[in-house]
Amino acid sequence: MHDKTLSELSALLEAGEVSSVELTRHFLDRIERHDGDCNAFITVCAESALAEAEAADRRRARGEAGPLTGLPIAHKDIFCTDGVRTSCASRMLDNFVAPYDATVVERLKAAGMVMLGKTNMDEFAMGSSNETSFYGPVKNPWDPSRVPGGSSGGSAAAVAARLAPAATGTDTGGSIRQPAALCGITGLKPTYGRISRWGMIAFASSLDQAGPMAQSAEDCALLLQAMAGFDERDSTCMDEPVPDYRAALGQSLEGLRIGLPREFFDEGLDAGVREVVEAALEVCRGLGAETVEIDLPNMKLSVPAYYVVAPAECSSNLSRFDGVRYGYRCEDPRDLEDLYLRSRGEGFGAEVKRRILVGTYALSAGYYDAYYLKAQKARRLIADDFRRAFEQVDVILGPTTPTTAFGLGEKADDPVTMYLSDIYTIAVNLAGLPGMSIPAGFSDGLPVGLQIIGNYFDEGRLLAVAHQYQQHTDWHRRLPDGYAD
Amino acid sequence: MSLGPEEVRKIAWLARIEIRDEDAEGYARNLSDILDFVEQLSDAPTDGVEPMAHPLDATQRLRPDEVTETNQRERFLALAPAAENGLFLVPRVIE
Repeated sequence: MHDKTLSELSALLEAGEVSSVELTRHFLDRIERHDGDCNAFITVCAESALAEAEAADRRRARGEAGPLTGLPIAHKDIFCTDGVRTSCASRMLDNFVAPYDATVVERLKAAGMVMLGKTNMDEFAMGSSNETSFYGPVKNPWDPSRVPGGSSGGSAAAVAARLAPAATGTDTGGSIRQPAALCGITGLKPTYGRISRWGMIAFASSLDQAGPMAQSAEDCALLLQAMAGFDERDSTCMDEPVPDYRAALGQSLEGLRIGLPREFFDEGLDAGVREVVEAALEVCRGLGAETVEIDLPNMKLSVPAYYVVAPAECSSNLSRFDGVRYGYRCEDPRDLEDLYLRSRGEGFGAEVKRRILVGTYALSAGYYDAYYLKAQKARRLIADDFRRAFEQVDVILGPTTPTTAFGLGEKADDPVTMYLSDIYTIAVNLAGLPGMSIPAGFSDGLPVGLQIIGNYFDEGRLLAVAHQYQQHTDWHRRLPDGYAD
Repeated sequence: MSLGPEEVRKIAWLARIEIRDEDAEGYARNLSDILDFVEQLSDAPTDGVEPMAHPLDATQRLRPDEVTETNQRERFLALAPAAENGLFLVPRVIE
C-alpha cells in the first residue's frame, strides 16, 4: 500500500477499497519498524492519528469527504500543532507544546488529513544536512552513511522511505528542494506569499515559504490546492486567486520554452549529476519542448547575499526566545541578564548561534549599509536577472544540487562549504519565485533532482512540466531497498 | 574580515548569548570565514539599485483596529518556565 502515491491512495479511499484507519495503521506500523534506521520523526502521534482517521472514515460515510480526507501526512516540526510538541528540532523548544495550529496545519486538518507525527529537521531550519537537529541527524534512506539534505530532511526521508505518503516542508534557501533531490522525491517551494506563514516558526521572514513534499507532482498539486490562499493573519500572504492545480497538470510540453542558465552548468556541477540532468532535458525535448541557453549573470551573488539577509533576519526573529514566556530556561539564573545569556547559550545549538552572531554583527551600528542594505540591493539584481529571463522563456530547468547526497559529518565543521550545497536553489528564494525538485535518475545509486523554476504564481505550469515528465519516466516510483516492505 | 575571540564575545553580548571561553576561538574562525565569504558582495554593481524588501514589492496591509483574538491568558502562562498570579516570573530586577 505504501508504494502507492497520495493520489492513488485517495482513489482507493474514494472507492471504499481501504479505510483511513487501515491506511493510518499501515503507515504507523512502518514508522515503528523503520524509523529507527532513518530518524525521520521527532514525535509520532499514533493515538491522535487513529482518532483522526476514525473521524475521517465517519466523514466519508456521511458523504462529506474531499480528495484529501483520510490521507495520512507528516508535518515538519517547524509548524505549530495545537496540543502537540513543536520543537523546531531545538533544545530551546524541546518542551514546547504549541497552543494553536499553523494555518497550513489547520487547512490540511480541515481537508480531513490525518497527522502521523512531526518530522526531524535542522535546528530552526538552519542547515543543509539535517545534522544540526537536537534530536540527532536523519539518515538518507538510500544510504544510511549519507545526509538526507536539509533543512526538511525528516520530511524528505519519511516520504522517500514511504513512512508517510506526503509531508510538509519549508524552504528558505532550498530546504524543500535540496532534501527532495537528495532523497529522490518531489518537492515544491511556491511563490513567496502563496501559502500563509502563520504558525510556521520564523527563520528569515522575507524568504521563508511552506510547501508540499510527496512522491509525484500530482500529489503536490493536490496538497498545494489545500495549502495555498490568502490568510489575514500573515501580513505578507498574497491575496491572489488560487487556480485549479490539478486541472493544470494536463498542459503539454509542446512548444514550451525552457531556459538553461549557463551558471547552473558550470565547472561546479558534478559530472554524474550533469549526465542525469542532460538526459532529463532530452526527455523534455522529446515531448516537444525547446531549450535555449540563458544567462543569470548575478547568480554568483546569491549565496553571499543570502548569508547576510538570512542571518540578519534570524537574529531578529530568534530574539523572542528569552527563557521567560516559553521554551528553555537555564537552571538558577543569578539575574535577568544571566537568565537571557545562559538560556540562549544553552538552548541554541552551534549553527543557530553562528547565524545569530553573524546577523547581529551585520545589523550592528556602522555595518548595516555595508551588509544588509548591500545584500538587499544584490537581491534586486538577482530578481531582475530572472525577470529578464522570463521574457524569453516559460520555465528554467537545471540541477537542484551540485552533487548527490554527501556523507554524514563530511561538511559539518565547515559552514561555508555547507552553504555552497544550496548554490542552485538560493537565488530562487531571494527572488521570491516558485521552484520544484523532481527525481530525474541516479548517479552511483544516489538520487539526482531536476530543478524547475517558474515565474511568480506560475506553480500550475511547474506542476504540469513535472507531471508530464513523470508520465514518461518512473524515477519518482523508485524506493530504497531497505524500505521495500 | 577577521574577527578575534574578543570581538566574538562583544557580539555575543549584544545577542545575549553566552559563549564559553573555550568556544570563542572556534566561533571567531567560523565567523571570519563567513564574513570573508560574503565580502564578495562588495564588488556587486549596486549603484542606484533600490534595495528589495519584498519580492513582489508588496506593501504592508492594514486592518481595522478591532479586537480579534480571544483571551487565552491561562493557556499561554501554562507554557512559561515560571509564572505566578497571572504574571511571568523572572529573577528580581529592582532591589
